[in-house]
Amino acid sequence: MQLPKLPVGEAVETLVDWIENYFGWLLDSVSEGLQFLIGGFQDLLILIPPPVLILLVSVLVWFVTRRDIKLATLTAFGLLLVWDLRLWDLAMLTLALVLVSTILALAISIPLGIAAAGSDTLNAALRPALDFMQTMPSFVYLIPAVIFFGLGSVPGTIATVVFAMPPALRLTNLGIRQVPVELIEVADAFGSTPQQKLLKVQLPVALPTIMAGVNQCIMLALSMTVIASMIGAGGLGYQVLVGIQRVNIGMGFEAGLAIVIIAIILDRITQNLVPQHENR
Amino acid sequence: MKLEGSVIFEELPIEDTTSLQPIISVRNLTKIFGQDPGKALELHTSGRSKQEIYEQTGSTLALNNVSFEVMPGETFVLMGLSGSGKSTLLRCINRLIDPTEGEIRIDDEDVVGMGQEELRATRRRRLGMIFQNFALLPHKTVLDNVAFGLEIQGIPADERHKKAEEVLQMVGLGGYGASMPGELSGGMKQRVGLARALTSDPDILLMDEAFSALDPLIRRDMQDELLDLQQRLGKTIIFVTHDLDEALKLGDRIALMKDGAIVQIGTPEEILTNPENAYVEKFVADVDLTRVLSASDVMRRPEPVAQCTAGPRVALHLMEEHDIPGIFVVTRQRLLRGRVTLDDAAEAVKKGKQIADILITEIPIVAPDASLGDIISLIVESPYPVAVADDTGRLRGVISRGAILAALARKGENVDAAA
Ligand SMILES: Nc1ncnc2c1ncn2[C@@H]1O[C@H](COP(=O)(O)OP(=O)(O)OP(=O)(O)O)[C@@H](O)[C@H]1O
Ligand SMILES: [Mg+2]
Repeated sequence: MQLPKLPVGEAVETLVDWIENYFGWLLDSVSEGLQFLIGGFQDLLILIPPPVLILLVSVLVWFVTRRDIKLATLTAFGLLLVWDLRLWDLAMLTLALVLVSTILALAISIPLGIAAAGSDTLNAALRPALDFMQTMPSFVYLIPAVIFFGLGSVPGTIATVVFAMPPALRLTNLGIRQVPVELIEVADAFGSTPQQKLLKVQLPVALPTIMAGVNQCIMLALSMTVIASMIGAGGLGYQVLVGIQRVNIGMGFEAGLAIVIIAIILDRITQNLVPQHENR
Repeated sequence: MKLEGSVIFEELPIEDTTSLQPIISVRNLTKIFGQDPGKALELHTSGRSKQEIYEQTGSTLALNNVSFEVMPGETFVLMGLSGSGKSTLLRCINRLIDPTEGEIRIDDEDVVGMGQEELRATRRRRLGMIFQNFALLPHKTVLDNVAFGLEIQGIPADERHKKAEEVLQMVGLGGYGASMPGELSGGMKQRVGLARALTSDPDILLMDEAFSALDPLIRRDMQDELLDLQQRLGKTIIFVTHDLDEALKLGDRIALMKDGAIVQIGTPEEILTNPENAYVEKFVADVDLTRVLSASDVMRRPEPVAQCTAGPRVALHLMEEHDIPGIFVVTRQRLLRGRVTLDDAAEAVKKGKQIADILITEIPIVAPDASLGDIISLIVESPYPVAVADDTGRLRGVISRGAILAALARKGENVDAAA
């Protein structure tokens, strides 16, 4: 016996049509805005001559790691290698995608995380959504993005933003909730307003945890931009994809290596951005 | 360590506090922790005990009809076993905890009825707080920690740093403004905590076991320093502790708490000599306990002592080093010869006299096996620690007022737990 098929697919199609009809203008402007941001970042990064940028990034690493000269040298060599492999422009596109999606993801997740730390109701409501988002295989995010935004770097960025948000939100929430009670009492006992308490005590004390969230957010964004190359977001990921499709191991390996180099540099920078303070 | 640095607060004259209005008055304060305070409150009004209320509603009666008044410039100590409600009471005064029922007034202001804005103003101007585990902000320098209260009040950076620097000087941490809290020792951290509370110049200091996390030696330093500060600045202090020695040393009056209620309020002497009910009695001078305990149970090692062959200069040095007003003098075989006082020793050094010239030989001596019940009044009334010597005249130990009380309190806790 055959059950009658429920029209789930049809319903979804109707819904999508409806959304496109009524909110098409919104989708278009979001798309244009993102395109502009990504293009802007990429242009800026490419405008800087590679040797200058390599030097700048190495100095930055040296600075944030409190003069770890070894790491700074490795950074310089890593980036030189990317340049030498003729992957510079692709790497800059990948970097632009990562930066734009990370900034957007943090702009959403950190305020939400702060709000969730202050409200048990919101926290309870967000938790299943976050669990759902984190158990979903990453490429599933590509489907709705493609439906509403077609192919290219815009849907790639949107899928990346959604994928990279949960850990930053969770860790912001967690970091603020873990601020010791006595420190909250200090803020209150000295007569802070709720806003002063947040800005002068809760956020600074939670900062190391929040930065761990930022770090994870960047790492996830990088991995997702690589996957998003499947829907036409360019960059190093696309190069890997082409390498796989053409069974060109060398080409895929070179692009993969460049991704690893960028990942390590981004990781080291964000891990060291704020000093860790011994508590109490 | 002594206080130094420029005087930044006006020194208050030590006034006769009895003629003044209380600065803090608390009336019939009740606090119930739990889901449904209404139901618990009903049970409480109908006279049920803390235990019964907990069994029927799951709510904790943390404060039970507490009333007291604190005079300006007074150090008021809250004492009691763990869970007796000391911290809850302290936190009701600055409304870190909202009382369920009752009245709290600071001068003529009704603290319980205050709106948020008014409450913040009162916390900023009038109430400083010092915490058991220091609670310094780990991301701020010592100077910024000390300036925190002023920062919250919106005082510009140079002005608040200047003031904070002065207060740091005063607590003896002049050069440490740029350090991070993590780099300091416990005692230094609590000096910073003290400085932080003093910087906004509140007239009331709330201290919750402020010295309990410190080593005994540092703790004594901090107590001395607090007494000194109190002398100079005339702050009103509410001090929570469960250490009897500390309560006796610091408190002008002591409130003893049990199960959320105050069972007795009085000066240290009053509490020692006229325990108001069985609980207080058990806490400070339980008859049975004093029979059970003997002098040797509560004495401590007779350190330091002066040899009778030594000069007064040595005796003086020992007393100054250990910060004690008198010292026992013994022979090489530790046979007790008498006592000399700090003042006499200083005098003797000046005039070139010998120890023998200033030796006080008529001092109270108790035997090691004497029961506490027999010797307690002697010890409580003696201004100096009392010597314990065996029948050959050998000095075995000394007993101070604090030691005897602390020993009784420890036994009291055991008895209480077993009951
Ligand atoms: N936030 C809270 N929620 C529920 N019950 C509480 C809360 N805070 C305190 N209590 C309860 O109220 C009672 C009094 O606690 P409180 O902390 O005031 O005691 P304390 O005298 O300060 O003890 P300690 O010496 O251990 O610090 C205890 O029974 C405690 O379990
Ligand atoms: Mg407590």
